Amino acid sequence: MTSYADFSDRIRAASAAGTSLRLRGGGTKDWYGQSLQGEVLDTRINSGIISYEPTELVITARCGTPLAEIEALLAQHNQMLAFEPPRFGAASTIGGVVASALSGPRRASAGAVRDFVLGAVLMDGRGEVLRFGGQVMKNVAGYDVSRLLAGSLGTLGLILEVSLKVLPVALREASLQFEMSEIDALARLNAWAGQPLPISASCWHQGVLSLRLSGADAAVEAAQRRLGGEATDDALWAALRDQTHTYFSGSSLWRMSVPSHASAIILRGEQLIEWGGAQRWLKVDDADADSIRRTVAACGGHATLFRGSDKHVGVFHPLAPAVAKIHQRLKQSFDPAGIFNPGRMYAD
Amino acid sequence: MNTVTDPGVRREQVAVALQHVLPARAVLSAPEDTRPYECDGLAAYRQLPMIVVLPDSEAQIVAVLKVCRELNVPIVPRGAGTGLSGGAMPIAEGVVLSTARLNRIVRMDATSRTAVVQPGVRNLAISEVAAQYGLYYAPDPSSQIACTIGGNVAENSGGVHCLKYGLTVHNVLRVRVATIDGEVIELGSEALDAPGLDLLSVFIGSEGMLGIVTEVTVKLVPKPATARVIMASFDEVVKGCHAVAALIAAGIIPAGLEMMDQTSSRMVEPFVKAGYDTDAAAILLCEADGTVEEVEEEIARMSAVLNSAGAIAIAVSQSEAERLKFWSGRKNAFPAAGRISPDYYCMDGTIPRKRLGQVLAGIAAMEVKYGLRCANVFHAGDGNLHPLILFNANIPDEFQRAEAFGAEILALCVEVGGTITGEHGVGIEKIDSMCVQFAPSELEAFFSVKRSFDPAGLLNPDKAIPTLQRCAEFGKMRVSGGALPFSHLPRF
Repeated sequence: MTSYADFSDRIRAASAAGTSLRLRGGGTKDWYGQSLQGEVLDTRINSGIISYEPTELVITARCGTPLAEIEALLAQHNQMLAFEPPRFGAASTIGGVVASALSGPRRASAGAVRDFVLGAVLMDGRGEVLRFGGQVMKNVAGYDVSRLLAGSLGTLGLILEVSLKVLPVALREASLQFEMSEIDALARLNAWAGQPLPISASCWHQGVLSLRLSGADAAVEAAQRRLGGEATDDALWAALRDQTHTYFSGSSLWRMSVPSHASAIILRGEQLIEWGGAQRWLKVDDADADSIRRTVAACGGHATLFRGSDKHVGVFHPLAPAVAKIHQRLKQSFDPAGIFNPGRMYAD
Repeated sequence: MNTVTDPGVRREQVAVALQHVLPARAVLSAPEDTRPYECDGLAAYRQLPMIVVLPDSEAQIVAVLKVCRELNVPIVPRGAGTGLSGGAMPIAEGVVLSTARLNRIVRMDATSRTAVVQPGVRNLAISEVAAQYGLYYAPDPSSQIACTIGGNVAENSGGVHCLKYGLTVHNVLRVRVATIDGEVIELGSEALDAPGLDLLSVFIGSEGMLGIVTEVTVKLVPKPATARVIMASFDEVVKGCHAVAALIAAGIIPAGLEMMDQTSSRMVEPFVKAGYDTDAAAILLCEADGTVEEVEEEIARMSAVLNSAGAIAIAVSQSEAERLKFWSGRKNAFPAAGRISPDYYCMDGTIPRKRLGQVLAGIAAMEVKYGLRCANVFHAGDGNLHPLILFNANIPDEFQRAEAFGAEILALCVEVGGTITGEHGVGIEKIDSMCVQFAPSELEAFFSVKRSFDPAGLLNPDKAIPTLQRCAEFGKMRVSGGALPFSHLPRF
C-alpha cells in the first residue's frame, strides 16, 4: 500500500496553517463549478492502474490516472465505463471524473458515475487515509461514503484511489434518426422507455430526434425494424459526450436536470435534449438565472450554470436549509479546517 | 429535561408524551402488545422495547421524533421486520417506530415510469401494481413478498437479479426523510440527479441510523418479454466458478446467475423436486431475459460458454413453468435448511469471485473445526456468498459455535479482499466483524457521518458501527502497519 506521505504532509500542514488547497487533476474542468481558490495540489503524480480484472468487472486506479489510459485498457478487453464520462481534454483524470460526476449519453440507460463507484480511498483534512467500499459489487458494510464522493468536487477530501464497476461493450450498436417536434420527441422517448427496447442514448435538437440502440444482434435488429427511422452516423454520440458538437460552442450554457416526462420547457434560448428527456441543455446569453431556476424547479428539477463567465448568480441550484446544514456538517467532519476546494460547489 | 430512572415511570412519561401526538391505538406499551416487536429476522437476539409506535402519516412521524428528541429517547425504526442482521432489534429504554401503517402507493405513473410509495409498502406490491403497465420494480430480495421498501432503503437490498438490474441504490430516485430535528428533507429528486452532495447514496443502506423514510420514489423498468434459465452441472465447484468468469469475459451479463454447492442441492431437492443433479459438486443457474429473439441468441451463447467451461450437463428451461421449477430450489434454500436442521445461521459475505475456491476450502475446514455443517448458496455473478450454517440451538454451545463459525467466515471474506456483508446489513449481528474490516479512523468517519444527520445520536444507536471501545473489547482489531490500534484505550 502506498503511504501517500507526501500528500498527508502537505495536507496536514495546510490544515494547520489554514491554507486552502485546490485539488486538481488534468484541469480539463477548471471552468466547472463556482470558484477556484487555493494552492494547486496536482494529483497527477499519483497515477497508475492498481488492478483490473475483466472477469470481475472491476478496475481500481489511482486518482491521477488519465481517463484515456483506463479507457484504452478497458477497450482491449471489450469493456467500458458505461456512464461515458465526458473527455473535455486528453489530460482528464479518473479522479476528476469521479469528483465531478459528469456522465454522458448512456446515463439514462446505464446509470451515472455514482452507480459504478464500488469503493474509494480518501485522504481527509487530517491527512488520514480512509478506505470506503471495496472492489466487490455488493457491499453494505458501513455508510456508502465512496458513492458520496462522486460529485463532491473535491470538497470532502482528496480521492486517492477509486474502484469502478465496468461493463462489456455491446455486441452491436446502431443509430437512427427521425424528424420530429420537441413535444412529439418527448412523448415518444417516454413511451419507448417504458418498453423493453435497447435504447442506450437519445438526442433531440433542431427538429431531429436521434437514438442509439445497443445490445445483442437480435435485439438491435428487432428494435430497428420496430422503430423505423433513418440510419445515421454513430459519431453524434461522441460529439455529445465530449461536447464537441457545434451546439456546445457558445459561451453560456445551462444544464437543466428534470424528470424525463416534463413537458417542453419554454425559455428563451436554444435547447438540446438528452437522456430521454431528463437532461436539457439551454444555450442562451444574458440569461435570467432566477427565471430559469424557477421554471426548472416548477417541473421538479434543478438548473446548473454549466459554462458561463458570470457566476455571481450561483452555479448550482440553492439547497434547502436543512439539507445545507447536513452538507456543512459533513464538510466539517471530513475537512475540519475547510482547506479543500473552498467555494467550488457553493460560496462559503 | 428530568432524568427519570425508574423504568416504569420513564415508560409512563414517554407514553403520555407520545399519546399527545398520536392516536391512542398507535402507542403500544404493555409487554403483551410490544412482544411481537422484540426481534426481527435474526431471532436469536431479542429485546422488549419500552414502547412501540405505529404512526400513519409523515406528520405523525415528525411528531414522534420531536417527542423523542425532547425526552432523549432512542428510536429503532422498523419495516416488516424481515431483516437478517438485527437492524430492527429494539432497545430496552427505546421506542420502536414501525412504518407498517404507512402502506399506501401514493402515485404510480407509467409515463415517467416511477412510483411514489410510503415506506411500509411491500416490495412485491409495487411490482404487482406496476404489472398493468408492463413495468416492475427490479430489486427482488428473497423476502420480497413481505419486506417493505422502507427497509429496502435502510439495507440497500439486492436480490437475484442485481448483477444486471442493480441494488436499491440504483433503483430509488428520491426519498423524503424526517430528521431527528423534526425537519422533512428530500434527498435525490424525480430528475436523474439533485444539486449538492449525493446524500441519497449515503442514506441508502444506512440502516435507519440517519433519518426516518417517509416516502420513496422508485424507478420502474419494463418487464422483459420473456426469460429462460440454464441449469448447468459441474463436477467441481471451482469449474463452476471459472464458467462464471468465462461468461463475463464473453461479454455476457446474465439477468440472474446463481450457484449452489452439493450440500445445498441435496438439501433442497427432496423438498422442492426441482430436478437438480444431486451428484454434481455445483449447480449453476444462468438466466437470460429480453425479447424472444434476444433470449434465444443469448441462451445459445451462454450454453456454448458453459459447455466449453466443462459443464457436465446442461438443461434449458422450455417453458415458464420449467423456469420457475429450476429457480424453486434456489429460492427455497432457506426453508429447506429449516427442514433438515432445527436452526440455521445465514451469512452474507461478498468476495472477489476468483477467490471462491479458496473461501469454500476455508469453510470446509471450518466445518470440521466447529463440528457443524454448512451449505453454500452463492449470488455467483456479484460474488455474494450465503453460507447457511446448520445447528441446533437446544444443544448447549451450538449457537455460540455457529456464531464463531460465521465470524470466521466473514474474517476470511475480508482477508481475500471482500466484505462482511453484501446485502443483509451489519445491524447488531456483524457489528464486531466491522472491527475486522475497518480501521479506527474509518469507524470514526462513519460516526461523523452519523452525527451530520443525527447529532443527538438517537436514531438506531449502537447498530452497524462499533465504537472503538467495543472493538477493543472484541479484541480483533485490524492491525495496520504493525502498530496496535486503540493504544489509548484501556484493555479488558
